[in-house]
This record gives sequence, C-alpha cells and structure tokens, in this order.
Amino acid sequence: MGSGRLYLTVAAGGFRRYATYRLATAAGVFTNTVFGVILVYTYLALWDEKPHLGGYDQAQAVTYVWLGQCLYATLAIQGGGAEKDLMERIRTGEIAVDLYRPADLQLWWMAGDMGRALFQMLGRGVVPFLFGALFFPMALPTAVTPWAAFVITLLLAAVVSFAIRYLAALSVFWLMDGMGVNQALMITGIFFSGMVLPLNAFPGVLGEIVRALPWAAQIQMPADVLMGETAPLGAFAFQAAWAVALLAAGRLLQSVATRRVVVQGG
Amino acid sequence: MRDEDVFIELDGVEKVFEVRRKTGFMKRERRTVRAVDSISFRVARGEMVGYIGPNGAGKSTTIKMLTGILTPSGGRLRVAGIDPSRERTRLAHRIGVVFGQRTTLWWDLPLIDSYKLMHRMYRIPDARYRENLDRLVELLDLGDLLDVPVRQLSLGQRMRGDIAAALLHDPEVLYLDEPTIGLDVISKAKVRDFLRELNTERGTTVLLTTHDLQDIEQLCSRVMVIDHGRMMYDGPLAGLHEVGESERTLVVDLERELPPIEAPPARVVKVEGPRQWLAFPAAESAAVLVARIAAEYPLVDLSVREPDIEAVIAKMYAEQADRAERAIS
Repeated sequence: MGSGRLYLTVAAGGFRRYATYRLATAAGVFTNTVFGVILVYTYLALWDEKPHLGGYDQAQAVTYVWLGQCLYATLAIQGGGAEKDLMERIRTGEIAVDLYRPADLQLWWMAGDMGRALFQMLGRGVVPFLFGALFFPMALPTAVTPWAAFVITLLLAAVVSFAIRYLAALSVFWLMDGMGVNQALMITGIFFSGMVLPLNAFPGVLGEIVRALPWAAQIQMPADVLMGETAPLGAFAFQAAWAVALLAAGRLLQSVATRRVVVQGG
Repeated sequence: MRDEDVFIELDGVEKVFEVRRKTGFMKRERRTVRAVDSISFRVARGEMVGYIGPNGAGKSTTIKMLTGILTPSGGRLRVAGIDPSRERTRLAHRIGVVFGQRTTLWWDLPLIDSYKLMHRMYRIPDARYRENLDRLVELLDLGDLLDVPVRQLSLGQRMRGDIAAALLHDPEVLYLDEPTIGLDVISKAKVRDFLRELNTERGTTVLLTTHDLQDIEQLCSRVMVIDHGRMMYDGPLAGLHEVGESERTLVVDLERELPPIEAPPARVVKVEGPRQWLAFPAAESAAVLVARIAAEYPLVDLSVREPDIEAVIAKMYAEQADRAERAIS
C-alpha cells in the first residue's frame, strides 16, 4: 500500500507541475479550439463528397474532430509528455538521481505522466470539446454506460500512449540525443493515431495495418467506444494487449539500458 | 578499525567501460577505459572522509558503484554488508546522496512538495518525518523557502534543499558529490557547518568528493586521493604533505640586513632587506628551527606559512604522470 501512495504523490506532482503553466494552458486551449474549427469544416466538406466515409455520418465525424482536439495534449499525441523530461535527464545524466531512488523507474515516470494527462484533459482538453458540443451537432450518447466505458478506454489509451513514448525515450541511452526520436514520435503520433483522418477512413491494406498498430488505441478506440461504433470489451482487450506488450518491452529495454550504459556526465 | 565498525568496504574494485569510437567509414575502434582500477579502502561507521582527485579520476564512478547504480566490473564492494548493485532498493533506504550538479528536487514545484514525496518514497513514519523536517529546516535555514518553487531558488538555497531531502529518512551514510561547487563563501560555510554537526552530533558517516580543498581541511580528518582510477594516498590530511614532499615557509624579520641565514635543512629562498624567506620540509618542526635561528640571529618577528594542499596534490599528480611516462618510454 505504501508504494501506491508514493506513485499517487508522483502523479499529483505531475498534475500540479503542468498546472503551474497557466499561460501555456490558455494558449493550448485557444489553439485546439481554432484547429478544431478548421478541421470540422474540412471534414464536413469531405463528408459532403463522401457520405459515410469510414462508417461515420457527419455528426460522428464532427464528434471525432473535437474528441481528437480534446485528447491531443492529454495523450501527448505529438510528444511533449513525460518522455521529453526523461530524454533530457538521460542526455544530461540527471537520470542518475532517478536511478538510485528506492522506486521503480517505469512506474515513477508513468505515474507522473498520468498526472500530466489528467491535467491536460481537464485544463486543456475539456474546453475545446464543450465548445464543439455547443456550436456543432455532435453524436454523443445520453446513457451512462457508454460514458463509463469511455472513461476506461481513455485510461487504457493513456497507458498505451505512455508506453510508446517511454520506449522512445529510453533509446536516448544509446543515441545520446532525443532530437530525431522526438521527430519520429511526432510524425508517427499524428499520422497513426488518426489525428489527420479517422483510421476507419484509411483504405485497403493500409487501413488494416494502421488499425492494428498501438497508435489505434489512442484516439480511434475511445472515439468508437464513445459513439458505440465498436464493442467496448473488444476495444479494452485491444488496448490492454498493447499496453502490456509495450510496458513489458519498456521494462526489458530499461533493464538493459541501466545495466549496460554509462550514465553520462562523470 | 574493528571489523564490526566497518561500514563501507572495497576490495580491488574495478570499473571498466568499453568505448566505441568511429575511426572511419564503417570502421570502429573498441577501446576499454579503466575508470576505477583496483581500488581498496574501508570506511568506519561515523567517519568523515574526503575523496579527491582531478576531473575524470573516477570519483563519481566510485560513488555510483557505492549507490548501486553502476555494477563493478571486478572486485568486492559492500556497504552496510550489502552488495549495492544487487540490492539497490534495500540499500537506498539506508543511504543519502547529494550530487552537487544535479538535483533530486521537483523543479517546478514548491520545495515542500519534494519533501512530501520523500516522506512517501522512503516510507518515513509520520512523527519521525515531521521531527526530521523541523530539525533540517531549522539547521539549514529553509523556513522561508518551503513554499518557493525550486526553480526560483538560488544555487546555495537549492543545495541546502537537496541536502535536507537526502537526510529526511535518517540515512546511516551520506555521499556528497561536490556539495559546495559554485556556492559563494557564506553558503559554503553554512553547508560545512551543517555537515560537521551532522557527523559529530548524529554520527552519520560522510563520504565527500570535492575540488574545494577547504572542504577537506575544515571537515575531514582523513583524505583519499584518486587519479586515473587508482588510489594515490589514503591517510590523515597532515600526511599528505609528507607524501607530496611539501614545504612550509618561515618568514623572519631581522634587526638589520644580513647575509642569508644558514640553518639546514631550511634554505633561504628570498631576501628583501632585513626580511628573509626560508623553505623547510613540512614534516620538520618549526619550533626547533625558530629556536636555532633565534639563538644565532637578531630576530625581531616571524611567521610560518602552511603549504597549499592544492599545490601538494598537483605535485603528486605530476609525479605520477612522470612515472607513467617513464614506464612507457
């Protein structure tokens, strides 16, 4: 139980840390709202030409856009969460401080990232979503069950998102710098999460592939669960499988990294 | 040192890093670097030991092995009877670490938040946490800083904050890696006063690496000098002078200008009117020398200047390098 309280404290720290940057949060809210409006009109034009693209009607397409804007910072789709700090700490050697602590490195960083995600959701994600719901017709459920399932799927999405970024961050133990990895994270994150277009709308084999990749757990799954487009249990299983696999890979890489690699900086 | 008093024990400990270097297209050269080369020492419970050496000598590597975050390539290492790299987490509850150039504190949050985190991380009982926090806040003068975000603290304040964070769980040993680096004179004095008290009052074992020899002079009765991963000296501070063949300087004011004083083994190195400078081995007694000069010369005033340890160590390094060069050629 004692360690549970430790990671809760770490998560609370992650939450409060991001809460200190009020101006950045306000700027983020503004940006996500503007992008949402632009994307909504683009999608509406597209769905006008191709009705029921990816199985969505227009209201569902609009809902997907605003959900994406809500989750963009929450799930650090383009990076900028715990992995950014972790890369910097590995690069500068500060990681030595984290390593001698009587705490699990992966759980420590995951707890901090969960705290960050919760803040980004409440502080930055909710406002654009409500804005969308207020000014555009959206396909939101009225029953409690889909919303409850949505909360679970979001939690799993946050874990998968962290697990991907944690793996990327550990690569800095070998690469000594996170620039390239960050760019790769950003491009893959935006494209494969369905930030540009719902993964359901991707055609043919490409569609099959992207829907099987872990990034599909981030926006596509929560959106489909919320709008009743997929069975929640199947979605949970998909997300949980990727979460376990990626966290296990992260754990393995972490033990190799900390055993073999020199901690930089004397 | 009685066996049961031994707290830190190193026996022929080595750390070898393999460095790969690109030497051309698709060509790589493998090179091994011995950061720590067969080092042995023992530190008793309650000792305060200075661990010094130039940059890259292997000091931080030793500390990292002592905390368990690096595994030795060879030799035997025990802290409180525990093999650090095997039982890092168990040992972590009994040691405190302060890296002068790094911080364990939460950068964006008030100082107190980091302490609450330590409370949970080390599972410190509530009553003891409050007692320790109150004491550390008072001794390290942190009262006004607890609600200040760490990023707004000065370097000296942050260092004091870090030292408190390392001691909340009552560690039996405190490793300090350059604790006074970059601090101003007043902050340095505060940190040193605190460490002295910690060691004498609470009996905490302290191992201190530093570039600042005043840290050692003021705090440590024992000093270990390391260079190129090898132990060059281990003993009392005073003995360093003998090993380094350092000299003290006796400055005498005579009644009038006189030819250079003859008082071997001292030799005159400078004459300026009635004032003469004599160099003599640091291990020799100044009193005997002064008595001899006073008996034969009209002495008005005198002063003795202690050797600069920095110079002593520099000389030691230079001799080591000399020997190494001769061994190669």
